[in-house]
Amino acid sequence: MADIRNTFAGIKSPNPFWLASAPPTDKAYNVERAFKAGWGGVVWKTLGEAGPPLVNVNGPRYGAVWGGDRRLLGLNNIELITDRDLHVNLREIKQVKKDWPDRALVVSIMVPCEEAAWKKILPLVEETGADGIELNFGCPHGMSERGMGSAVGQVPEYIEMVTRWCKASTRMPVIVKLTPNITDIRFPARAAQAGGADAVSLINTVSSITSVNLDNFSPEPSIDGKGSHGGYCGPAVKPIALNMVAEIARDAETQGLPISGIGGITTWRDAAEFLALGSGNVQVCTAAMTYGFKIVSEMIEGLENWMDAQGHANLDDVIGRAVPNVTDWQYLNLNYVTKARINQEMCISCGRCHIACEDTSHQAITQEVDGQRRFEVIEEECVGCNLCVNVCPVDNCITMEQLAAGQTDLRTGEKVSGDYANWTEHPNNPSRVAAE
Amino acid sequence: MNSKQHASGVVAGRLATPEIEDNFQDLHPALSTHEAVVAADRCYFCHDAPCVTACPTSIDIPMFIRQIATGNPQGSAETIFDQNILGGMCARVCPTETLCEQVCVREVAEGKPVKIGLLQRYATDYAMDSGAEIHRRAKATGKKVAVVGAGPAGLACAHRLAMYGHDVEILEAREKPGGLNEFGIAAYKTVDGFAQREVEFVLSVGGINVQYGKKLGEGVSLKQLQSDYDAVFLGLGLADVNALHMPGSDAEGVVDAVDFIAGLRQSADKSDIAVGRRIVVIGGGMTAIDAAVQAKLLGAEDVTICYRRGRDRMNASVFEQELATSRGVIIRHWLQPQSVNTTDGKLQSVTLEYTSQDGGKLNGTGELMTIEADQVLVAIGQKLAASGLGSPVKLEGGRIVTDADGRTSAEKTWAGGDCTNNGDDLTVTAVAQGRDAAEAINQTLRQ
Repeated sequence: MADIRNTFAGIKSPNPFWLASAPPTDKAYNVERAFKAGWGGVVWKTLGEAGPPLVNVNGPRYGAVWGGDRRLLGLNNIELITDRDLHVNLREIKQVKKDWPDRALVVSIMVPCEEAAWKKILPLVEETGADGIELNFGCPHGMSERGMGSAVGQVPEYIEMVTRWCKASTRMPVIVKLTPNITDIRFPARAAQAGGADAVSLINTVSSITSVNLDNFSPEPSIDGKGSHGGYCGPAVKPIALNMVAEIARDAETQGLPISGIGGITTWRDAAEFLALGSGNVQVCTAAMTYGFKIVSEMIEGLENWMDAQGHANLDDVIGRAVPNVTDWQYLNLNYVTKARINQEMCISCGRCHIACEDTSHQAITQEVDGQRRFEVIEEECVGCNLCVNVCPVDNCITMEQLAAGQTDLRTGEKVSGDYANWTEHPNNPSRVAAE
Repeated sequence: MNSKQHASGVVAGRLATPEIEDNFQDLHPALSTHEAVVAADRCYFCHDAPCVTACPTSIDIPMFIRQIATGNPQGSAETIFDQNILGGMCARVCPTETLCEQVCVREVAEGKPVKIGLLQRYATDYAMDSGAEIHRRAKATGKKVAVVGAGPAGLACAHRLAMYGHDVEILEAREKPGGLNEFGIAAYKTVDGFAQREVEFVLSVGGINVQYGKKLGEGVSLKQLQSDYDAVFLGLGLADVNALHMPGSDAEGVVDAVDFIAGLRQSADKSDIAVGRRIVVIGGGMTAIDAAVQAKLLGAEDVTICYRRGRDRMNASVFEQELATSRGVIIRHWLQPQSVNTTDGKLQSVTLEYTSQDGGKLNGTGELMTIEADQVLVAIGQKLAASGLGSPVKLEGGRIVTDADGRTSAEKTWAGGDCTNNGDDLTVTAVAQGRDAAEAINQTLRQ
């Protein structure tokens, strides 16, 4: 049986599945339910400074994007950090940590960008016995307009500065949560590292408007006819998150910096992908908000079963395994030639591959053969783009088959070379480097 | 138990009214909006889709389904009505399992087609309920066309002609429009007076006047119409029925199934319809099934359909056959009626002869069997009432010969629907032929 016990930035948990700092981790009641359901850890919903509690809107806080059958694909929220009294939160954190010593309990914090403010709150959090802190430099709504959240996360110098303050003021591991609302995620990650961060976590939510009400022209979620940009999350953001995680994992400067992967993780498979791209653990929110805490048992068992089937003994066998395979476009092998193949036994003749190729691509799929409705690849035209595979409704009906070395590519009329060759050496590249 | 349930003879009220009402509810209840969107989401939006090819009216099915999926049911209905103005009725009565849904790629892949019929009903119901204008008449052309028959073919033809700006006069033999939609289809397929609502919807385009009680050959002749109008369309349907000719076939209790169904459809309270305790239905088409199932739903104890050939030759679709058996109707094959037996004028039984097929020829085997019955419903086919047509209209096999555009051998005269020799006796085919004839008439009138 695979061992999925996890140590992340020195913090131990029985499995790598944490709940992200968000509504599900706002109070002891929810967190205890999560621990009972089997979650390995939680990041407590972001605490702010002591004083009068924050005020949330009293209308809708969430907007949504749905797929067929109203399956929730993306959620957007305009809820702020905790609106409960700081000391109530601290008291509950202390009690929960005491009651659940084997689970990871990390506290998310967001206070103004002044050293005094951070110095003031850190001892209070430390006193709870929490395992670590996460600096919320990510929230793109509400708090950012007050100079916090993503307003900090968008300025690498601020990230470094605040991280350094925190490292100097606490013994707890410091995880810096990054916003995706920037142009190049490597810069904030490098800044966190420079400030001494023990880890980064990403992505926070993506600035978004989910939809517009076409009756009253209000963005959704609509508060009295007006809307504000919110933070987008859920399955829709997973590809964005995977890329950002990989960019940090393979960056020479940040290589080895622990990453807590966040962004649309819904199943064990999503989690395994984040781990493979270099995440040391994962955080989940939207899936829990959609289906409840029970989903963690599917995630745990699914991950274990996959690891058993693949012979991975523990998480270290998995973490980062895909990172070496992430490269830049210019290093992709141009001698890797594929052609689409349509399995006629499986084909249901919907014609989508044909019309996609005919209208929008390379005119490489027939509609009729000998007067019969039949969809076949015209090898002379097929560039191997994979669009037909992606639009085909039948799993594995269309596959991309590699041409072996020595076979002739009917499109170019040239024999496929078995050698690796990339753009940097290609004769058409004006800045090519001479091949040795 | 209702006291009359087991009464012998042909009696009304075998079941209590609430039970009958329950039995005659919509066969396929309408989809809710959510159900429709989920069902629509299953459509792959196939290219050159097989379902469109299979539809006699060539409705752009993937498009109308996509319009439902995107929250545009009005646009969806417009897509349907552009090709088939009786799309609402076709959604209810089309044998989709042998047309669009049979060739749906989901049927091929999973044995579960997209619910095209129900989705079509969802969109057409939406648009008819919304009351929004679907079609606007073109400027009046001053041309006049006579349409004989207010059934599916005639209505489709009249609507298309009216859209083009021609003035249309429909002559209908009965006192009510709709043809088979109103008189000839099982009640549970078109509940809540839908046939009449649909006629109103069709006529709302304007430019169409309907005269009732006008039967060709009775005070109005084709010749007269040809001289009074710029064109004539014949959508006569099949007004006569084939009668059973055998000993006892004139006995009381031997009823034509078409009349039985029409009576049912026109009754305000179905518990008024008299029905036998044990019924034999002769025939193998949709009429036989509709009559048998409804007899059962009215409370008949035993209903047996007897068809003289095998199951594969029955005109009723497999779906309809299964519907009948699921309602307790027994279907027997290879039996042809021999005599209807009475005692003191009271129907007692039907004697049938087993049959077998020798090449193309059907032979009686000489072996007989008898089924107890107090009512016999005869559904052995309908035929054209050709008397009013006159000689210039060429017939073949008792039906009107037309070319691909619906043109008959007579001058200025087109025809469509069941009265022609190139249909398949489906509502949807009648609609296609009426519409196509209107296109041809329009072309001719504009020359």
